[in-house]
Amino acid sequence: MTGFWSVVATMMWKDVLTELRAKEVVTAVLTFAILTLVILNFAVNKETRFTPVVAPGVLWVSITFAGVLGLTRSFALEKDRGNLEGLLLTPTGRDALFAGKMLGGLAFMLAAEAVLLPFFAVLFDVSPFQPVLLLVILLATVGFVAIGTLFSAIAVNTRSREIMLPMLFLPIVVPVVIGAVAASGGVLEGRPWGEIAKWVQLLAVFDLLALVFCAFAFEHVIQE
Amino acid sequence: MTTNRLARNALLVTSAALMLLTLYMVFIWVPTEKNLGISQRIFYFHVAQAWVGFFAFFWVVVGSVGYLWKRSQACDRLAYSSAEIGMLFTTLMLVTGVTWAKPAWGVWWTWDPKLTTSLILWLIYAAYLMLRAYSPPGDQGSRFAAVLGIVGFVDVPIIYLSVVWWRTVHPPLVVGPAATGALEPSMRTVLMVATIAFTFLFAYLLLERLSLRRSEEETDRARVSVEYAVPERRAMEGT
Repeated sequence: MTGFWSVVATMMWKDVLTELRAKEVVTAVLTFAILTLVILNFAVNKETRFTPVVAPGVLWVSITFAGVLGLTRSFALEKDRGNLEGLLLTPTGRDALFAGKMLGGLAFMLAAEAVLLPFFAVLFDVSPFQPVLLLVILLATVGFVAIGTLFSAIAVNTRSREIMLPMLFLPIVVPVVIGAVAASGGVLEGRPWGEIAKWVQLLAVFDLLALVFCAFAFEHVIQE
Repeated sequence: MTTNRLARNALLVTSAALMLLTLYMVFIWVPTEKNLGISQRIFYFHVAQAWVGFFAFFWVVVGSVGYLWKRSQACDRLAYSSAEIGMLFTTLMLVTGVTWAKPAWGVWWTWDPKLTTSLILWLIYAAYLMLRAYSPPGDQGSRFAAVLGIVGFVDVPIIYLSVVWWRTVHPPLVVGPAATGALEPSMRTVLMVATIAFTFLFAYLLLERLSLRRSEEETDRARVSVEYAVPERRAMEGT
């Protein structure tokens, strides 16, 4: 068990170190997410723009699409520099590799979201820093990253991988998008916990299923 | 070989005969529905196509699980061929559904759970076929497709549930005769005949596609061996 976690930590540290030096993923995700906020701001009706009805939808479209962008990079770096073959040669479990890549991706997404939220608060005049909303964001991001890491490993081995990842990823994460939008809307409108709870449960169940299944499927995806 | 050919011919004849019977029953035999009028006759095709679409995707999952478990080429062929046919019938189901929705509901489309889930299912299997086309050939591509085939199938009930919850804020839809639960006996008979006819058509198409896929694989192998053999011989002959 200690072996497992040390591999996970090493994998994660490798990705974080690369990111700290190159600053590729978080910057790209963040810039793209902010751009999406600005563009969607023009897409929605002027009168409804600032109401909590539109804001959660805008937030999650922005996070979803920016997430796809970041997740494409997750395995692109491994593939382009022949790193993946090296990783596969090491005597470690594939589940540890998956957990490492996933937690690395999760750290990047959460970092980008931490900077995105203040922008969101200012541009759409809402107060997103509430414990329940932060929990919703965490749960939804875990679901995104679990599914995204698996499909990123698939997409990177196909032709035209930039197109392939969103095609695979977006239909599968529909429940996360629905749950996240509904729960965030409930929080921003000040609804009681009882109305939000089922969405949080949906996200939690999705996360659990996604984590178990993706860790299992990753073994079949990554092998030569 | 001959038994396979025989089975395919038998299925072809049976499904053609059943299709003719279905057409007769739908357009001549069954009475016109009181409220919806003539457009209700789309219902028999629509439901039968939906059934075959889901049935086909069920075989995709069976093939996918089988492939990941046993790595058998037959399972892979089953999954791939079934996905193509499922895609065909799901597309037909969406087209007939939209065509019927306009006269019945007054709109082409509503974001009702069944419709939304069907559309997302269609998108998942469109991605499946794209993944097949863009994947590297051989075992790797088959593994990728198998993983997606299983994820997609597991995801569908969750999508359905989340859309049901999503839609509960809005008034429920009044959906055709099926919503009332009770179907007139003659209509139920037609629906059953149509469903059996389409299932036979599915079985025929599946066997035909499987046999074609086997030929494709043989051709690929033959081409590879020719491509390797010809330069070698030229080199040996010194030309």
